Amino acid sequence: MTLARDQVTHVAMLARLGLSDEEVERYRQQLDAILSHVDRLQQVDTSQVGETAQVGGLVNAWREDVRSECLPVEKALANAPKRRRDHFEVGAIQE
Amino acid sequence: MSPETVGGLGARLRRGETTPAELAAQARGALQSIEDLHPVLRYTDALTERQAGRAARMLAESPERAGPLCGIPFAYKDVLCVEGVETSAGSRILEGFIPPYTGTAIQRLLDAGAVPIAVTNCDEFAMGSSNENSAFGPVGNPWDPSRVPGGSSGGSAAVVSAGAVPFSLGTDTGGSIRQPASFCGVAGFKPTYGRVSRYGLIAFASSLDQIGPFTRSVEDAAHVFTAMAGHDPRDSTTSPLPVEPVATQVARGVAGMRLGVPREYMAEGLEPGVRAAVLAALAELEKLGATLVEVSLPSTEAALSTYYIIAPAECSANLARMDGVRFGLHVDRKSLTDTYLETRGQGFGPEVKRRIMLGTYALSSGYYDAYYRQAQKVRTLIAEEFDRAFESVDALVCPTSPIVAFPKGDKSDPLSMYLCDVLTIPVNLAGLPGISIPCGLSQGLPVGLQVIGPRLGDAQVLRVAHAYEAATAWHAQMPPSSPTATGTPS
Repeated sequence: MTLARDQVTHVAMLARLGLSDEEVERYRQQLDAILSHVDRLQQVDTSQVGETAQVGGLVNAWREDVRSECLPVEKALANAPKRRRDHFEVGAIQE
Repeated sequence: MSPETVGGLGARLRRGETTPAELAAQARGALQSIEDLHPVLRYTDALTERQAGRAARMLAESPERAGPLCGIPFAYKDVLCVEGVETSAGSRILEGFIPPYTGTAIQRLLDAGAVPIAVTNCDEFAMGSSNENSAFGPVGNPWDPSRVPGGSSGGSAAVVSAGAVPFSLGTDTGGSIRQPASFCGVAGFKPTYGRVSRYGLIAFASSLDQIGPFTRSVEDAAHVFTAMAGHDPRDSTTSPLPVEPVATQVARGVAGMRLGVPREYMAEGLEPGVRAAVLAALAELEKLGATLVEVSLPSTEAALSTYYIIAPAECSANLARMDGVRFGLHVDRKSLTDTYLETRGQGFGPEVKRRIMLGTYALSSGYYDAYYRQAQKVRTLIAEEFDRAFESVDALVCPTSPIVAFPKGDKSDPLSMYLCDVLTIPVNLAGLPGISIPCGLSQGLPVGLQVIGPRLGDAQVLRVAHAYEAATAWHAQMPPSSPTATGTPS
């Protein structure tokens, strides 16, 4: 397969990764090589099998719907790069 | 003389011949003496002192009631959160992050009286097989500092290998405990998925990650596992089933056990010295009364591809939280989108970006069915093949890694690095327990024997490993350059 440059920039945008032009080209080549290897998955016959999302052998993990202790506000905000009063501060979403 | 085990140190503590503070100071000194290898990112001094005091009080109150880990120094991988101690996941994006809480596995060790000394170096967000992806620099293998210790838990393997601490914690998503244990000549145990709580572990791939110990003996691995294992309401994937009393089972021997040797794991690609050491280990197990049976796991070849879809897919979702808003690096830009792009673009290293890209691609519209859904189906086949094998055998025995520790810089191509994990990855995909123990040398470097058990068969795995260890001396070998080594291993 051959991965196109604009596919790489599209994926980088979906992943919110700011990449330099040089990085885009490097990842294009590397991802292309990795995906070519991974493509052997397509040869495995899986017509008769279901998907495995987890291997813990558990079905549902329920708990009582009761409030329990949670992280206090000061601790939750302790690592915030920017805060305003009791909130995380973020930049404008729309300009 | 090899360095003391958890069991040996515990006996001396209970006899009053030493104190937790003294052992902590010795461990810190020993870690400082191997700083050239760069296995330690930071020391936990304030916590060390508090916890040594707590352990001393526990021992004074009741030496008999104090458990086997009380007063024992240890180090842990830089992906495990401990309140008040920086955890950076080997990444610039989390540099300076001070967790506001302590994860369950470490909390249980603290409650058992174990004494943390240091936080160990690792591949960034636990992604790598050589520890060369750490944003803070690579780690040297104590057996040969020009070679890698394996990864991603390279620092944790190196500190136990060098004899600086009797045990350490690592995490294993595709082999990140077993492979470095193999490269560094120590025991490394990955428990059954869901046996040890992941609460407080910085997530890489949540359906694969598991915390486990590096130790100098299998018995010590059983002690650390026992202290950490069990249901945790804060991790809904932990098994509610009671934990088997492994300590009473490990010494039962292998006589009468049926051990499977997966044909595909002994196929081409094994380094000759690795093959020879593993074949000798298999013969030893047979001599001890085990019956060896060849088994087949035909989907082994597809496992690597399956893993390199599923793990990146999960990591691309998990690492979305590294957004410069709640913690970690923040590169200020006018718009929120630009802040995300710049923070993540500058904060993540090359391998982490590569895996996020790969995972995002595999999950993106138009590719989801071909990659992610197909990988989840192949994962079913892999797990079913293991299940079938365990219908006729008690455990599987095979090499941990096809090669011994390689020189730093040797695997600069990402795909060649990924291929290192070919014998450990299937175990994570199926959620099984596995251990690597030393079983010989190849080119003067340690070779690991891997023992794999059925789901929740942690005790079986430890039992096979213990029987082999008790009959051989490889576990007592020390790296030639280590401060506690008395000579060159023969």
